[in-house]
Amino acid sequence: MNVEHFSSFDFAASGLDPGLFFDTAASRLAAGGRALAYFALPEDGAHRLVLAAGFDRSGRVEVYSTLVGGPFRSLTSSFPQLHLFEREIFETAGLKPEGHPWLKPVRFNTPGAVPGAAAHFTVHGSQVHEVAVGPVHAGVIEPGHFRFQCHGEKVFHLEMMLGYQHRGAEKRFIGGPDARSIHYAETLAGDTTIGHAWAYCGAVEALGGVNVPKRAQTLRGIMLELERLANHTGDLGALSGDAAYLPAASFCGRLRGDFLNMTALVCGSRFGRNMLKPGGVNFDLDAALAGDLKRLLGAAYRDVENAVALLFGTSSVRDRFEGTGLLSKEAAEGLGIVGPAARASGVGIDTRRNYPYGPYENFTLGVSGSGDVYSRAYVRWLEIQKSAELISGWLDSLPPGPVEADCGPLKPSGAAVSLIEGWRGQICHFALTGPDGKLRACKVVDPSFHNWQALAMALRGGAVSDFPLCNKSFNLSYCGHDL
Amino acid sequence: MIKALTARLRQGFRTLDFPAAGLELPPRGLGLPRLRSAGLEKAAAACPYGAVAAGPDPGLDLGRCVFCGACARAAPEAVEFTRDYRLCASARDALVVTDKDHGRAGTLGADLRKLFGRSFRLRQVSAGGCAGCEADCNVLQTIGWDIGRFGVQFAASPRHADGLLVTGPVTRNMELALRKTYAALPSPKVVIACGACAISGGPYAGHGECPGIPADIAVDLYIPGCPPHPLTILDGLLRLLGRLD
Repeated sequence: MNVEHFSSFDFAASGLDPGLFFDTAASRLAAGGRALAYFALPEDGAHRLVLAAGFDRSGRVEVYSTLVGGPFRSLTSSFPQLHLFEREIFETAGLKPEGHPWLKPVRFNTPGAVPGAAAHFTVHGSQVHEVAVGPVHAGVIEPGHFRFQCHGEKVFHLEMMLGYQHRGAEKRFIGGPDARSIHYAETLAGDTTIGHAWAYCGAVEALGGVNVPKRAQTLRGIMLELERLANHTGDLGALSGDAAYLPAASFCGRLRGDFLNMTALVCGSRFGRNMLKPGGVNFDLDAALAGDLKRLLGAAYRDVENAVALLFGTSSVRDRFEGTGLLSKEAAEGLGIVGPAARASGVGIDTRRNYPYGPYENFTLGVSGSGDVYSRAYVRWLEIQKSAELISGWLDSLPPGPVEADCGPLKPSGAAVSLIEGWRGQICHFALTGPDGKLRACKVVDPSFHNWQALAMALRGGAVSDFPLCNKSFNLSYCGHDL
Repeated sequence: MIKALTARLRQGFRTLDFPAAGLELPPRGLGLPRLRSAGLEKAAAACPYGAVAAGPDPGLDLGRCVFCGACARAAPEAVEFTRDYRLCASARDALVVTDKDHGRAGTLGADLRKLFGRSFRLRQVSAGGCAGCEADCNVLQTIGWDIGRFGVQFAASPRHADGLLVTGPVTRNMELALRKTYAALPSPKVVIACGACAISGGPYAGHGECPGIPADIAVDLYIPGCPPHPLTILDGLLRLLGRLD
C-alpha cells in the first residue's frame, strides 16, 4: 500500500494474507525497495508483522502488514538488509524467521540473557586468534563488545555484540504521548537530539493532523543542520586524531564545541534539548540573535575550512585514509545502509533529497564514490559546506509567522511514517495509534541499526590497527541501536 | 609544516579561562533554580519526574531534574532557572534546592586531597543513557577546555585511575561491567555520578531495565544535568579536589 510520509494513513488497509505478504515483500524489495522498518506488533494474542519499504529513486513509501501466530518465512538470505530486523523480531516477539542464517541476540534483553554471551562467528586454524574488546573501552565512549577474528594483524571478520545501552526507551512511547515522550525521543541518541525529536514530532503531527508553521520548520532545519555541523566537524577531528595528525584534531575538537554553543544560544542546550515539541518549536529567533548566529557561523565555518584544508592537504593523512576500510557499493546497497557512509560508497540516498520534508527543497547531495575512509571523511566535508550554506540562507530569510500550532488529539487506529535525515543518516519513526487515539507503538529505526554491519564488512581484510580509524569513519551510535 | 604553523597561528589561543568572573550558562540555559513556595504546587504537578516537591518541605531535586523547564513554564512565579552553572554536590540530599539555599560540592578529605589534588585520573564508564554526558566529558579534553591543565585526565585503564566517573542509568546489561571496573580500580578510589541518569535514572527513571549504580558503591560527587554543561562538570571536579573556593 502506498503511503505518504509525514501523513497519517488507515493502518488496517495495509493488511495482507501471510502468503501474499511475504511474496509482496520479496517482490517489492527485489524491485529496489529498502526496508525502512520491519517489526512485530502484538495484536489479539498474536503478532502483526509490519514492513515499511522506501523507494529512494521515486521517494515513495509502501507499508504492508500481516498477522502471524508463529514461525514465519525469513527473507534475509535473499535480502541481507533484513538480517537485523528479523533478529530483532525473533528477540522481541519470539517469532522465528525460518531460514534465517544466524539468529544472534540483538540487545540481550530477554529473561536470562547474559550480555555478550552468545555463539558468534569464529574462524578456526592453528594460527588464528581472536582479539576481544569492550564493553568498557579505552576512551570516553559508549559500551559495546567486539571480537576480531584475526590471522596475525589481518582481520578476517569482526563480530559485534551490542545491547549494553538497552534502557527500554522505545516501548515507553506506548500509551503516549505524555509529558515524558518527547524526552525519550530526544535521548534515543543524545548526539542526534534534533533528528530524533523531529522524527518523533513529525509522526505525532501527522497523526494529529497539524500543519506545522513554516517558521517552525525552518527553525528545525537550522537546528538539524547545526547538529550535523557539530558532529561532522567532530568526526573529522577524531579521524585526524586516529591518523595521528594532531593539529586538525585539536582545531576540529574546539570547532565542534562552537557549533554546539550556537545550538545552546537558540534553545539553551548544547544538544538541542527542549527545542522541539509536537506542533512546532519552543524557541524563536529575533533579528539580533539571527545576526549573532550568522556571524558566529561565518567565523566557525572559516576556521573549519582552514582545519579541513590542512587535514586533506597532509600527505600522511591521505595515505592513511585512502584505501582503508573499503565498503563496496554492492555491499552498501545489499545491507541497505544510509547516511554519509552510504553516500561515500556511491549510493545516492539522502532523505533531504529523496523524501523532501519541512524546509528542504531542491536539495542537492554530496556523493563521493570510493567507499574508503577517505570518502567517508570527504563526504562529511561536502556536507559541512552544504549545511553552512543552508543555515546561512535560512537565517537571512526566516519566514514570518508563529512558531507553533496546536497539536490536537491523535487520529485513532492510524499510522504515520516519519523520515528525517539525521547527521548519521535516515531516521525512521513509525507511529501507530490504537482505537483510543493513544500510541500503540512508535517503532524507532536509528541509522546505526542499518549501518553497524557495514563496519564489520569494511574491516574485512584490513588490519586490527585499522579499526579505530574505520570505526570513527562510521561513528555509529550504540544507544540509538540499543534503544 | 609551514601550513600547519600558519593554521596554528590563525586558529589562535582558544582555551577558556577558568575559573573566571562572569562565567555563566548561555542566556537561554537552565542553571541553578531559584524557588519560591508560592505556586509551587503547579510546578510540582508539571514535573514528569517528581523532582519538584511542594508543601511543608518544598524543594527541587537537581538529581532527578532533566532541565526541561516544564516547572518554570507552568509556574514562573515559583521556579526560576538562573544561569549559575555551579550545581554539583557531594551528598545526594544536598542536591535538593530549597527556597533557602543549595549546598555546593565539598572537597575530598585531607588525605585524599594530598593524593589526588594535583593529579587525578578518571576511568569513565558509560552505562546506558544517550551518550550526551560522554560527549560533554570528552569536550573537556579539547583545547577549548583543556582539563589536563588542572591535573585531571581520563585514563584508558581502571588500573591507572584514581576515580570512576559513571554516566548513564546503569542498565542491567552494564551492571557487571561497572562492578568489574570499580573492582579493578586501586584503593583509595573516588566515585562520581555524572548526569541525571547516573544519579536517579534521569529520563529512564523507574525503568526495570535500569537498576542504577549499585547501593554498595558509594558516590563522592554528584554532577546534575541532562547532560551537565561542561562548566558544571569542571566546577564539580575542581571543587572535589579542593581547587576552587
